[in-house]
Amino acid sequence: MTELSKIRNFSIVAHIDHGKSTLADRLIQETGTVQSRDMKEQLLDSMDIERERGITIKANTVRIDYKADDGETYVLNLIDTPGHVDFAYEVSRSMRAVEGSLLVVDSTQGVEAQTLANVYQAIEADHEIVPVLNKIDLPASDCDRVAEQIEDVIGIDASEAIQVSAKTGQGIHETLESIVKLLPAPEGTRDAPLKAMLVDSWYDAYLGVIVLVRIMDGVLKKGMRVKFMSNDTLHHVDRIGVFRPAMQVVDELGPGEIGFLTASIKQVRDTRVGDTITNDRNGCEVALPGFKPAQPVVFCGLFPVDSAEFEDLRDAIDKLALNDASFSFEMETSAALGFGFRCGFLGLLHLEVIRDRIEREYNIELITTAPSVIYHVYMKDGEQIDLHNPADMPDMSKVDHIEEPRIKATILVPDEYLGDVLKLCQDRRGIQEDLTYAGTRAMVVYDLPLNEVVFDFYDRLKSVTKGYASFDYHLTGYREDNLVKMSVLVNDEPVDALSMMVHRDRAEMRGRAMCEKLKDLIPRHMFKIPIQAAIGGKVIARETLSALRKDVTAKCYGGDATRKRKLLEKQKAGKKKMRQFGKVDIPQEAFISALKMDS
Amino acid sequence: MTDLLDDWRNGGFGLYVHWPFCQAKCPYCDFNSHVTANIDQKQWVKSYNQELARTPEALRGRVLNTIFFGGGTPSLMHPDTVAAVIEAAREIWPFANDIEISLEANPGSVEAGRFAGYRDAGVNRISMGIQALNDEDLRRLGRIHSVAEARAAFDIARSCFDRVSFDLIYARQGQTPQDWETELQTALSMAIDHLSLYQLTIEDGTAFGDRYARGKLRDLPSDDSAADMYQLTQDICAAHGMPAYEISNHARPGAESRHNQIYWRYGDYLGIGPGAHGRITMGGIRYATETYRTPGAWLEAVSKGTGESLRESLDHSEAAAELLMMGLRLVEGVDLDRYASVAQAPLEQEQLINLANLGMVTISDRRLCATDQGRPVLNAILRDLLVG
Ligand SMILES: Nc1nc2c(ncn2[C@@H]2O[C@H](COP(=O)(O)OP(=O)(O)OP(=O)(O)O)[C@@H](O)[C@H]2O)c(=O)[nH]1
Ligand SMILES: C[S@@+](CC[C@H](N)C(=O)[O-])C[C@H]1O[C@@H](n2cnc3c(N)ncnc32)[C@H](O)[C@@H]1O
Ligand code: SF4
Ligand SMILES: [Mg+2]
Repeated sequence: MTELSKIRNFSIVAHIDHGKSTLADRLIQETGTVQSRDMKEQLLDSMDIERERGITIKANTVRIDYKADDGETYVLNLIDTPGHVDFAYEVSRSMRAVEGSLLVVDSTQGVEAQTLANVYQAIEADHEIVPVLNKIDLPASDCDRVAEQIEDVIGIDASEAIQVSAKTGQGIHETLESIVKLLPAPEGTRDAPLKAMLVDSWYDAYLGVIVLVRIMDGVLKKGMRVKFMSNDTLHHVDRIGVFRPAMQVVDELGPGEIGFLTASIKQVRDTRVGDTITNDRNGCEVALPGFKPAQPVVFCGLFPVDSAEFEDLRDAIDKLALNDASFSFEMETSAALGFGFRCGFLGLLHLEVIRDRIEREYNIELITTAPSVIYHVYMKDGEQIDLHNPADMPDMSKVDHIEEPRIKATILVPDEYLGDVLKLCQDRRGIQEDLTYAGTRAMVVYDLPLNEVVFDFYDRLKSVTKGYASFDYHLTGYREDNLVKMSVLVNDEPVDALSMMVHRDRAEMRGRAMCEKLKDLIPRHMFKIPIQAAIGGKVIARETLSALRKDVTAKCYGGDATRKRKLLEKQKAGKKKMRQFGKVDIPQEAFISALKMDS
Repeated sequence: MTDLLDDWRNGGFGLYVHWPFCQAKCPYCDFNSHVTANIDQKQWVKSYNQELARTPEALRGRVLNTIFFGGGTPSLMHPDTVAAVIEAAREIWPFANDIEISLEANPGSVEAGRFAGYRDAGVNRISMGIQALNDEDLRRLGRIHSVAEARAAFDIARSCFDRVSFDLIYARQGQTPQDWETELQTALSMAIDHLSLYQLTIEDGTAFGDRYARGKLRDLPSDDSAADMYQLTQDICAAHGMPAYEISNHARPGAESRHNQIYWRYGDYLGIGPGAHGRITMGGIRYATETYRTPGAWLEAVSKGTGESLRESLDHSEAAAELLMMGLRLVEGVDLDRYASVAQAPLEQEQLINLANLGMVTISDRRLCATDQGRPVLNAILRDLLVG
């Protein structure tokens, strides 16, 4: 139980890789929260995949005690957040639990797209924002320029921005002091019914579901019965505590404090982030406004390479979903690929992370089909269908019109690459909304169809700008457009897993590109193979993969038959990685690679 | 139906002797060949003979149809060495009346001087590695002889032996179908009754393989161009009365290499010398044998009792796969009943019909043959038949 005036709660936000987690390390270390022998880089990034990729995926909370220059000891609750746009939801809900944000900006890079996105969220959450210029140890660091940029582009005062090196520890003391001096203390009433915000929850193999809470009013104690207001369920609190960053049990949590509870909850699904937790009787009257749930926006099919592994895949997906409410799935059958799952993700990185985990942690090789988005299909009879999978597209003659999700994309780019970026956005059916300059960088805002972005937009953007552009987006709504389903026929047989929704005007171009790609991806067979793209019954593009003409071992090694037999056995293993469509073997990587566009 | 017990009778019985040394290593070659300064020929005679001496009892009664000295460069063997091995073999097996004894020779002037000696030792067929008929290409292939030397060596060989074959490698860097056609016509004008014509294969672990991986091996013909050259080869050789009898081998009818036919007909053969492979049937079981690959390791192993590094029995499906893989290389193809008895299951009818419909194979008189169209893509046919 800490006096409100001695509490500071804040999130650390920044563009990806600007040094949030490293700054958190220094704050943890400087305050002696973790013994130095237990320190390691990006301590809070504890998932394998986070450590391997060097990025934060899940927001993490730590409580640290800081004895300030004024002689008082403060409790600081910091939340380290992910920088990648796919996990923006983690940032927004973290912000709801705190009063201020440290806005970290890499002083060698300057303001980037997620810097902006995060600032807007922080402003919306009414945060006090403290700018921190990081990486000042690097020769390319230019604090004056970046401070000016912050003022110009973001419009917040950066004259007192703290200059920090999260690597060397320079400026960390000043950061702690600013946190205490500049950020507001939380408010709340101890003598009120319990009102706690359910910030996050996850599954722990030993303790069951762990619920991260921020106490707004009242006191949370072990042994209490509490009510989750969204569904009126009652729970017996069997443990409460704080993260330092290891779990430490405490007796109670008071207003302004952030910590966890466990209550023998079995599934993450039984908790709802943004929910209000209160006393089982005489609880608070008005619930907190809650959060908008995270919605999957990118969908794709996941199929086991070895169809015998379908049940294993189901098991793996079930387990992963236990801990990740933003990931959705339902069974899917494909004529081409057999049984699998149609899964929904927050974005492509999220998709990759889940796919990686299934392949590695559960040892199941996967075929991933082209990512798609949800289309709203309006039928002539008035029915409306949410189309997650182009293969399920109803007969066009019964369709009145189709709407697709649009996004607002913000791209920051050095002006020498501006032309390429504009071309890319135009090619992807974008509508320019804004173009401003901050120094030598341009900020472009585009209204784009999400389906043009989910697949390889980010890769293309990186490649046309040599990695110098940054990109952020959010969904804005649905809009009608001239959309059609393009199917692909290999050797005259439709391959459902390759069908896709495209804009009618771009269909020929996409169809041609797709047929050309497939021609390279499918190995030659003993017969020639027509590869066609079609809309309805109309073929719009066509390539022919000519027949295999040379595949034989020219010479015989004495009587070494073993070598050839082993080679055939290897090919047998290779063939397992292909899928048969009629008489044609298609390699699994073709399902994704065929869709990559070169422009 | 035959059963596996005497399946070997279908293929005959031969002896392969591997000589692992060359004067220089060719950049495309991944045969078991090594370059060494001094070779103690007496020691090699002793070791070969020791290996022959441990021939299992079960194989001793057979009639020996062929002996093949392969390499490496067997024409670096002293004629006495060759003679001693042939004599030792004669002590063990009755020789067939028409026994074929071949030796691979490089077409240098030095080896040409030994041809008469080989003939006297009992060799009756020479297979000469000429590889190309223009000096520029010979250099590119890293060969140490010229066309003139090769022709001279070939003429000497002809004067000593009735049966002389030679090898060419085509689909070389920068070679067009027209170039090859001209070269092939010249080759046919020289040829007696047998030619081996190999498409250049880029093998991993060779100098060419490395260069290829680094993108430095330029001007290789495309697969389509190489396929054209293959077709050209079939047509031109057939028109000269030397049709293909195997993927890369052409002969006047009756002049085929009988030793190699034992491999392809999946007969029994004993392999001795470093890295030699054998296939032998004993007690109804088919064995694959291998020996130590490096000359040093092999010599040492032999001195300790046996040069064999591996002897494993092949199960029905392995033996059947090999039978098919080897047999379909031959124009005469494979006896389906023999296949079924070795595999203990017939080939899948549906696959056969598919392949026949595609024009890749024919089936008549219970024989399965790859067609002219099928042979150049034999690996794909085998994948379909064996992998399913
Ligand atoms: N030289 C230098 N490198 C730094 C500094 N701070 C962070 N880094 C490096 O920058 C990289 C990214 O650091 P992180 O702390 O993982 O960045 P992040 O903002 O947490 O990244 P995400 O969580 O993926 O958004 C790492 O390689 C750090 O070692 C600094 O002050 N100086
Ligand atoms: C075992 S080699 C030995 C012949 C002999 N040492 C010589 O080089 O003249 C048998 C034949 O295989 C062929 N050969 C070897 N390597 C080859 C390759 N990489 N591609 C095609 N043919 C090859 C050559 O024609 C060679 O003559
Ligand atoms: S091609 Fe013949 S000479 Fe050249 S290395 Fe191979 S075996 Fe020796
Ligand atoms: Mg991080």
